[in-house]
Amino acid sequence: MSTRNILTVYAKELRDSLRDRRTLVSMILIPLLMIPGIMMVAVGVSARVMSKARAEIPTVMLLGDGDAPAVRAALAANRRIRLVPAAPDWRQRIADKQLRAAVELPAGFDAALARGAAAEVKIYDYEGELRSGFAVGELRTFFNEYRQRTVAARLAARGLPVELIRPFEVRTENVAPPEKVGGNLVGGLVPYLVILLCFTGAMYPAMDLTAGEKERGTMETILCSPVARSDLVLGKFLVVLTASLATGLISLLSSGATFLARGLVLGGGGAAARSLAALPAIDPVGLLLVLLMVVPVAVLFCAVLLAVSLYAKSIKEASSYASPMIILIIVPAMMGLLPGLELNARLALVPILNLALVSKELVSGVYHWPYLALIFGSTCLYAAAALAFCVRLFNREDVLFRV
Amino acid sequence: MIEARQLTKVFQDRKRGAIRAVDGVSFTCRPGQIYGLLGANGAGKTTTLRLLATLLRPTAGGASVAGFDVTAEPGRVRANVGFLATSTALYGRLTARETLTYFGRLHGLADAVIAARIERLADELDMREFLDRRVEKYSTGMKQKTSIARTLVHDPAVSIFDEPTVGLDVMTARNIVRFVRERRDRGKTVIYSTHVMSEVEKLCDVVGIIHRGRLVAEGTVAQLRARYGEADMEEIFVRAVGGEETEAP
Repeated sequence: MSTRNILTVYAKELRDSLRDRRTLVSMILIPLLMIPGIMMVAVGVSARVMSKARAEIPTVMLLGDGDAPAVRAALAANRRIRLVPAAPDWRQRIADKQLRAAVELPAGFDAALARGAAAEVKIYDYEGELRSGFAVGELRTFFNEYRQRTVAARLAARGLPVELIRPFEVRTENVAPPEKVGGNLVGGLVPYLVILLCFTGAMYPAMDLTAGEKERGTMETILCSPVARSDLVLGKFLVVLTASLATGLISLLSSGATFLARGLVLGGGGAAARSLAALPAIDPVGLLLVLLMVVPVAVLFCAVLLAVSLYAKSIKEASSYASPMIILIIVPAMMGLLPGLELNARLALVPILNLALVSKELVSGVYHWPYLALIFGSTCLYAAAALAFCVRLFNREDVLFRV
Repeated sequence: MIEARQLTKVFQDRKRGAIRAVDGVSFTCRPGQIYGLLGANGAGKTTTLRLLATLLRPTAGGASVAGFDVTAEPGRVRANVGFLATSTALYGRLTARETLTYFGRLHGLADAVIAARIERLADELDMREFLDRRVEKYSTGMKQKTSIARTLVHDPAVSIFDEPTVGLDVMTARNIVRFVRERRDRGKTVIYSTHVMSEVEKLCDVVGIIHRGRLVAEGTVAQLRARYGEADMEEIFVRAVGGEETEAP
């Protein structure tokens, strides 16, 4: 093996690739725009939908309130809901989303409360519908407060303290740092996109440097030079790896910049600031560690893509082999997004899934060093095996001269 | 010097089984000599040349090129060979100068030596005008000149030319034929395959006719004329391969 030859091949292939517009688009433009684009659009749209839904005062209908003027008056006075006159088609109106919820009070509700008898209030909603859910929330809050006032009045009438029925309060407090909360919310999404972009970034150069060379007739030209086949494959491999890592790095930097911009424009107002504000904070050191962990996976991707593309006779054939592989990347990477799926020693050995899981922790600022070592080590092993296979393939004339 | 000894290459084909593309071919090409290889399409010419250039490994037999065995020392063989075929294209996104520098470096030459060689080849092949333009913009003739320069940047002892004048205009083709002759005159070993009979007559010191993987006739043009009683090379070729039914060269 000659380092000089590997570097000569690397320098030439890199120059050649950088002169190709398609490589530039897949390596720089797509990662530069994709993550911020997805973040801004996805988060911005969901934030806008939520705030619009929250801003709306839900319409509520009171059913069977003929003898409950006290509750009706209290509900009418509540500014967070809008009471509409009762109508027989209330069910249809809820289904049509003209009405968010309906409340049914039993006959003689006010009188029953005055007597101290038990009564049941029924709320009708459209389950799963955001605005209907908000209406139910408001109604629950209202009736809880109404119940508490009733209880307090009853206790007061008997000369008893309120604490008699509320011996203690329960309060929950978040101890997770904001990064952790953010990490769980979108932390999975960033590594997922980085993994995907590392693969797509490697795809075109891998095909161009192998099947593309066969197609253009330059493979035979380079094979008749004295450079060893292993030097040739390593030089080419390094170019594909450069493209893959550059794509990953650019996507990480652009997502880092998106999160940084969140901090800078938070106070600025405007639509962009609002959608950025909706992004949770993530750990920048974790983001860098993600890139480090991505390296062996990128090596694995590049070696596999190079081997598959070398076997193909043309770029068209190579892409028909490589494109379905995206599914093989997406499925484990998406599984990493599933809430509740936590990293363990066995999952740490599953390539891609292990990276997706550990990245989620890393951007949350949680570092499980033994798992990190296990994932890094096992992926390096897979990557080395794939690269060795690739070198072997480069020495097979039936692959190089496949007709 | 090239010495092929019972050179044999068998390809395994799923449908057709074992195919003997080259079947026990033996010949010698000495320094200062142009050996012309003649054969119809699919006769085994290109496979023979690929075996000599170590792009393929022989199934049986062997060959030595510039004193090195093609099986035992393929790297050293390639270091001493310049191989040009219709299937050895150029990198479109590089310039001729970059291409020559790249191959010079792969041959282990120092940059100063490469620069001097490029200057010399640019003059000899009349390439100066397009040396720093990208190959993708070249005409067929410019590409072929660059390809020839690529095979010579390391000044190899052995040159293998597989149909180097295919698709070229008369002037460029003549220029290249002249250049090949100059290689011989400098004492280099040249193996030259062509379909153009006039080139065989003008260039080749020894001619080998290959048919169905076997070398069916060999000798100087004069010897072949005497043997077959024909003056015309085309007639000689047709008779050597056994009649008209064979695909024309």
